[in-house]
Amino acid sequence: MSNITVRFKGAIGSFPLDVDFTAPARGVTALFGQSGCGKSSVLRCIAGLQHVENGFLQINDIVWQDATNFVPAYGRSVGYVFQEASLFPHMNVHKNLEFGLKRSAVKTNGAKFVDVVDLLGLENLLNRTSQRLSGGERQRVAIGRALLSQPSILLMDEPMAALDQMSKDEIIPYLERLHGHLDIPMIYVSHDMNEVQRLADTMVYLEDGMVRATGPIENVLTDTSLPITHAREASVVVNVSVTSFSREDGLTKLDVGGAELLVPGHVGDVGKNIRIRIAANDVSLALQEPSQTTILNVLPVVVMDVSAINDTQVNVLCGIGGEGGAQILARITKRSQDTFNFSTSQHIFAQVKGVSMVDK
Amino acid sequence: MWEPVWLTMKLAFMTTLVLLIIGTPLAWWLSRSSQWWKEGVAAVVALPLVLPPTVLGFYLLILLSPTSPIGQMLTSVFGHSLPFSFAGLVVGSVIYSMPFVVQPIRNAFDAIGERPFEVAATLRATPLDTFFSVALPLARPGMLTGSVLGFAHTVGEFGVVLMIGGNIPGETKVLSVAIYDHVEALEYGQAHILSFGMLAFSFVVILFMMVSEKRLRRRWS
Repeated sequence: MSNITVRFKGAIGSFPLDVDFTAPARGVTALFGQSGCGKSSVLRCIAGLQHVENGFLQINDIVWQDATNFVPAYGRSVGYVFQEASLFPHMNVHKNLEFGLKRSAVKTNGAKFVDVVDLLGLENLLNRTSQRLSGGERQRVAIGRALLSQPSILLMDEPMAALDQMSKDEIIPYLERLHGHLDIPMIYVSHDMNEVQRLADTMVYLEDGMVRATGPIENVLTDTSLPITHAREASVVVNVSVTSFSREDGLTKLDVGGAELLVPGHVGDVGKNIRIRIAANDVSLALQEPSQTTILNVLPVVVMDVSAINDTQVNVLCGIGGEGGAQILARITKRSQDTFNFSTSQHIFAQVKGVSMVDK
Repeated sequence: MWEPVWLTMKLAFMTTLVLLIIGTPLAWWLSRSSQWWKEGVAAVVALPLVLPPTVLGFYLLILLSPTSPIGQMLTSVFGHSLPFSFAGLVVGSVIYSMPFVVQPIRNAFDAIGERPFEVAATLRATPLDTFFSVALPLARPGMLTGSVLGFAHTVGEFGVVLMIGGNIPGETKVLSVAIYDHVEALEYGQAHILSFGMLAFSFVVILFMMVSEKRLRRRWS
């Protein structure tokens, strides 16, 4: 299987960077971490905009940097989307889009241009100057421009961080469409967990210029050794498929590795794979299957890990249906833990109060 | 009476052209280089701003005269010695007006910032390509200012011309020298015509520059 191998060790200015990770060369890999953790620097190093002496970078079978070799940015087939759209102010939208297309190493007919314009809904903007675009429109043009250079990898540096909520809501559906259409890998830098949960397949969790964890997003979000699972709003994502929809009470039934979940509304056609998010605070635990409860979703689970996060609260990691099943986090009080004394391998029941859709 | 006017225009045009050709890459280098000694070069370029024109003219006269090594070389290139010739005036004007062209262009390059160049690189534009397709078009307001200032400044030059050009009609007798001559000869009528022409010209130049620069900037912001 093809991979992205990234290794940078050195300093950018006075900021020490020591990252080393491998991610699959398909789907979306999120570089996640707090502001100042070095995630943007890593992305700039991948693009060749920044040079760390001691580095190795390989995308599929192309090596862009090793001990003796450093391919400059203009020699790498990357598409880069900056935080600010950074359109060329002396060109209209059409010219901006063409800039990369003309210089692309891959020669194509006009179809590619039309495809990208369609995908990002740019046809009405083509003759405008970049000053006459909204923030969201600008960023869409910037994404189109990057795609048209026919990169072998798409790099996005917090493309929504500079946008207001309205522009974000406008652009997210396009990003999700991109995720479905794109046949190249994407590396997406973000400090916004919400975005990451919506878009990422793989997650690289950075802290102080170092990789704390890396792997499929479901696994990283349930790694109880990580501070993200200690956050007040900690949540996990679970991939499920739609099994049925009841018109009578308007509930959709989802399959989670054998167990079932009911969610309100028609969330997708039967057979559709979707991603849901379950907040740790929305999960409570019971020793016996509760019979008299308003909570619809009661899942048989097995306890996989119990870890205190502070003096009053505890995270309980549960496998749905068994140890191999999808994992969810339950946030309970220390007092409850003292009362029930949940322990690893114990079979119990999880009550899930809230499930939110994360469209994919 | 119009010969000095024509000669001055020719000189200013040639000087501006030469300055755009050598000043733009120089400004680019001053803007982008990280060499520690580049500010030294920048200071040399800016020197004519503060140096008395007669001092500059005096050194140029010595430097360009056929007895100096550089003058010798230039003499063989041009086929005649440079002082007291039109070519000599162009060389002197280029040096004298250089800061007026280089500084605005450098400022314009500085103002572009790093980002557009990074964008261009990620879109596979080589550095040379980026210079022509991104840097030059974005520096247009500065190049316009530089050209106009360089042109106008050359039109008004006096001290350097007098030192290295002298007062040869049709060859080195430019406007400012002509006005001086007329005043010396108490021909105030002619002096008035030429002087007022210069005044009007200068006003139009400055006005045009301010208006067009403002328009360009507004268009891109």
